[in-house]
Amino acid sequence: MIVRFFHRMASPMHFYRIAGLFVPWLGVLSAALLLAGLYGGLVLAPTDYQQGESYRIIFIHVPAAWMSLFIYVVMAAGGLISLVWRIKLAEVIAISSAPIGASFTFLALVTGSLWGKPMWGTWWVWDARLTSELILLFLYLGVIALYGAIEDKRVAARAVAILALVGVVNIPIIHYSVEWWNTLHQPATITKFDKPSIHLSMLVPLLLMALAFKLYYATVVLMRARCEVLERERNSRWVQSLVEPAAR
Amino acid sequence: MSTLSLSSAFVLLLRRDLVLAYRRRAELMNPLLFFVLVTSLFPLGIGNDPKLIQAVGSGVIWVAALLAALLSLDSMFRSDFDDGSLEQFMLSAHPVSILVLAKVLAHWLVTGLPLLLVAPLLGVLLALPGDAIGVLMLTLILGTPVLSLIGAVGVALTVGLRRGGVILSLLVLPLYVPVLIFGADAMETAAAGIPATAQLSFLGALLALSLALAPMATAASLRVSLS
Amino acid sequence: MKEFFAMGGYAFYVWTSYGLALVVLTINLLAPIRQRRRLLTDIARRMRRARRER
Repeated sequence: MIVRFFHRMASPMHFYRIAGLFVPWLGVLSAALLLAGLYGGLVLAPTDYQQGESYRIIFIHVPAAWMSLFIYVVMAAGGLISLVWRIKLAEVIAISSAPIGASFTFLALVTGSLWGKPMWGTWWVWDARLTSELILLFLYLGVIALYGAIEDKRVAARAVAILALVGVVNIPIIHYSVEWWNTLHQPATITKFDKPSIHLSMLVPLLLMALAFKLYYATVVLMRARCEVLERERNSRWVQSLVEPAAR
Repeated sequence: MSTLSLSSAFVLLLRRDLVLAYRRRAELMNPLLFFVLVTSLFPLGIGNDPKLIQAVGSGVIWVAALLAALLSLDSMFRSDFDDGSLEQFMLSAHPVSILVLAKVLAHWLVTGLPLLLVAPLLGVLLALPGDAIGVLMLTLILGTPVLSLIGAVGVALTVGLRRGGVILSLLVLPLYVPVLIFGADAMETAAAGIPATAQLSFLGALLALSLALAPMATAASLRVSLS
Repeated sequence: MKEFFAMGGYAFYVWTSYGLALVVLTINLLAPIRQRRRLLTDIARRMRRARRER
């Protein structure tokens, strides 16, 4: 049964309909988790003895940073599947994930700097994690720019798939070399930017937020994928019957 | 019809590119002049205090080397793409990644390696100590092929675009970061008198990795952008 | 309630980051909805024009 499900999912029409069914449920679930996470993080979690209230920014910063990496890996996996098995659906998912990943990376960067300001008095610190996040943002922007630059969307999608694969191979290398670079030029004044010791009452909202972000990503990527499918299949019969069922 | 063996095809392609490049000798100077020019701009910006320039020196040289390599990347496939010989290479019986390796090797010999000729001059310009210049040349020998190999993937992806230049730098520069970090750091530790074997071995590892993977990625990208 | 919003003096930083998160999430949510509506109307218009020419 599962194989049949995936088999039918490959056809754009079925994907469009099935994704349409999933989107509202995923959306409601992610909203619920988001509210629970926010309530846990902002209200229940105790004040941090070191950083006072400003540490509450981690409930946005850390899940967003996790998401930025997670989405890039999903994009690369989608690219791999579309290149190797020629499944158009994987291409569509990879293309639709790029802007979402970029916005999560941007969110992680800005919240990281907003969290850094009260702690060290500067908006930007060349810290290992923030620097890797910045380079990840450039990788995302490269993917989006490449997709935009090539007119033929089929060729563009496969070019982006290769770029995402090359990027995902480079991410650990870049991260390691930035860590190496950071430990070398460690200015004595700024303390190491480590996560505060996670107390259970802080960990639970953090995980809730991470899960909420993942479900949110699933919802939005399916919505974008449906638009992409509509765009690609615009003159196929099922799209036209979808648009004007009566007038056919 | 005697089919060419792989190695003779490789050598043939390599010689063809070197002869083509040799015919336009004047153009070979451009990356060198750019490298020296960019490096000499920095002291104008920073001021002529030798200690300051020396502190910044290794980073400046490596950023300039990166930009010089990036600038010269476009010529790798452009002429072959325009006159259609790139498609002929793709149709050959031999694995495309080996032919791509020949083209990248030719491109490196013509644009990457000559940067070494200028390195001692830059060492003097930026008041680098003696052994730092030696390590600079070592890092350039190990680093510039990596720049050409990774750059080849970016060029292959953007070869079909009319205005691919800007996008090429956006795609390729983030991937150059590890080479920049280890290259500049090797020089800095050498300037401080500490042997920079760790950084050089990392550069060697980067070279081995990109030598193994980049041609395949470039071949796949060429197949995609020419389809 | 008031000290909740004060956030121990870090109100500006905490609420800006939460506000930005809300903005980013809603933009990403609305973009596909708007795009889908625009696509459907565009396809419908194109079909009407095609039918008028026949």
